[in-house]
Amino acid sequence: MHLILFFLFAGFCLAGAINLLLQSHPITSALSLIVVMTSLAVLYLLLGAEFLAIAQVIVYAGAIMVLFTFVVMLLNAGREERTMGSRSARAVGFPAVVAILAVIATVILKAQGLGVATLGEGLTDASGKTNIEELSSVLFTQLLLPFEVTSILILIAILGAVALARHGSGEPQGNRERTGK
Amino acid sequence: MNSIFSQEVPLSWYLLLSAALFSLGVVGFLIKRNLITVFMSIELMLNGVNLSFVTFAHQWHAVKGQIFVFFVMTVAAAEAAVGLAIIIAVFRARATLAVDRIDLMKL
Repeated sequence: MHLILFFLFAGFCLAGAINLLLQSHPITSALSLIVVMTSLAVLYLLLGAEFLAIAQVIVYAGAIMVLFTFVVMLLNAGREERTMGSRSARAVGFPAVVAILAVIATVILKAQGLGVATLGEGLTDASGKTNIEELSSVLFTQLLLPFEVTSILILIAILGAVALARHGSGEPQGNRERTGK
Repeated sequence: MNSIFSQEVPLSWYLLLSAALFSLGVVGFLIKRNLITVFMSIELMLNGVNLSFVTFAHQWHAVKGQIFVFFVMTVAAAEAAVGLAIIIAVFRARATLAVDRIDLMKL
């Protein structure tokens, strides 16, 4: 059962990722990315990370992708033009990607001591705490400071996003008057 | 792997999937010519790395790996908000999203 679910959703993941690359319209790419992220949530669930599966659906597949589709529609992004782009980036990039993937795959396949994932085996410890209990107790005791720093980061990001996207910001004065008419 | 109904999946397969997702993200970063799609490829790479974090958290029974993924998600959300705001500002200044035409830092 676990194997079937793994193959099904790993297949969805890879198909969505490849579709993201093949589609020329940004909105189709965004929808494929939603497929990838939702399938990853199921894989997290198979690995016993319930909280992350929910967070993946809410934060990634929900919030972030809504932002993406919103921007695609706001900017009325059409089909992308197929240009060759930077030839040196391709000449160096593709062999580099293949080499990195080959190295990582070799290391993973040769690694000893990697276990197996068993369905239903969460991160419950000996005292029977569930994954979410364990996660929250570590997050709010040992890692409280990073957690609070993250909230400041998000505050700064909100202010930065508002300042950047506000109408007229980032344009020189003369340019703004020209486009304003 | 004795049967298709096996309850066990080797963790290396999850790691291979995560490496494949990361590589596809890099390829997308190189071949896509639309600013928004390039940004989506970066999100794909982040997701690939997150999967390997969760896999290793399962392997070592360490909950801190999952907490790291939680932080990555938070940073990714902040990054998406700021990045898309930058894309909107660039689009206002240049009226294009093609990365080939956005070749000057100066607006």
